[in-house]
Amino acid sequence: MTCMATRPIDIAPDDAAPSGGSSLHRFANPGRFLRLSESVLPWLTAAAIVLTVTGLGWGLFVSPADWQQGDAVRIMYVHVPSAWLASAGYVSLALCSLFSLVWRHPLADLAAVEIGPVGAGFTALCLATGSLWGKPMWGAWWVWDARLTSVLVLLFLYLGHIVLVRAFDDPVRGYRAGAVLALAGVVNLPVIKFSVDWWNTLHQPATIKFTQAPSMTSDMLWPLLIAALGFTLSFAAIAVARLRAAVMERRIRGLLMARAVSR
Amino acid sequence: MTRKHRRLLIVLVFGACIGSAVALTLIAFNDNLVFFVSPSDLSKMAVNGRTLRLGGLVEPGSVVRGEARNAGTTFRVTDGANSVVVTFKGIVPDLFREGQGVVTLGALRPDGTFLASEVLAKHDENYMPKEVAEALKKSGQWKSESEALPARPLSAPFGKTSGG
Repeated sequence: MTCMATRPIDIAPDDAAPSGGSSLHRFANPGRFLRLSESVLPWLTAAAIVLTVTGLGWGLFVSPADWQQGDAVRIMYVHVPSAWLASAGYVSLALCSLFSLVWRHPLADLAAVEIGPVGAGFTALCLATGSLWGKPMWGAWWVWDARLTSVLVLLFLYLGHIVLVRAFDDPVRGYRAGAVLALAGVVNLPVIKFSVDWWNTLHQPATIKFTQAPSMTSDMLWPLLIAALGFTLSFAAIAVARLRAAVMERRIRGLLMARAVSR
Repeated sequence: MTRKHRRLLIVLVFGACIGSAVALTLIAFNDNLVFFVSPSDLSKMAVNGRTLRLGGLVEPGSVVRGEARNAGTTFRVTDGANSVVVTFKGIVPDLFREGQGVVTLGALRPDGTFLASEVLAKHDENYMPKEVAEALKKSGQWKSESEALPARPLSAPFGKTSGG
């Protein structure tokens, strides 16, 4: 229980894992995370760049134009992956919040802080590209239908989390408050997913479903799937890089503090 | 019960409370959450000239573009069972076609026609390259949204009123 009070992440040497006793805490060790991520991150980044460039290049320049939408269909190759990451990113934020709140996982605290802005960025990209597509196709930049509104709520949840975790002098209180907000916001995810099925919306229902074949030809589906995978790895690479920086920043601050005290 | 278990229990109870609160709210506001009503819904509603959104498919063969300046476009919006005549004086979006989904904003007039101030095209979830669409039409396997006639682009979408 002492680990809870002192937040060992500040000055913990590499293998001094928080003594929570559970096997989960093996992964809470920031030193282990730094070593592991150091070898994984370059590969993750390289794969993210290759897949994103391949998927977007194929989608934006090679894939066929739609019979109705013409070249405007190419916005989809950015819009759909970023929409997927907006929701999937929120799931990862909520999981970190759960570990932070229940298991007092110090790395999860920092991960939630670092995932927030990345998720907000992808959500903003999703809304912006959707708006650019909506004007020529629907005839409106924005409508207040259930899908668009629930994704806007998701952006506000991200922004609220970003502000809330930084709003306290004591960072631990910020982590707690942010985690509560993030977990409460999970209720929005099924609303986003099923809004197009539950209510009449201007936004079209899902093209790619788990239960049946996608309503899209393969020369449009492949670049979309590759771009989606590329976006996912990019999200992971950015989040890991940010988390590494945050852990190292904590350590430096802890070391400076220790030196100032010992003088 | 350890403190971890207690915290997990609190999170789960808290989540269940919020989840059911939101579910009840959404069910209660169901009528306000739909973006548009269908012609069948409209026939059952007491609208009293209220502004609302009417959505459905543009009935094939029903589009009449006025010859005179500002005469606008008249078409029928159908959901298969019922249909409503819609008059619109603005410029329709590019995707506005016969057999295609539209959502119109306006009010029902006493004569039973719908005067729209905004027409949005609704795109469906099907994506298809031009060549595939043409091949399907050639082989007779084409299914448009209305299942009746192939969705075909209007040759001159805005007619003579497009100058303004």
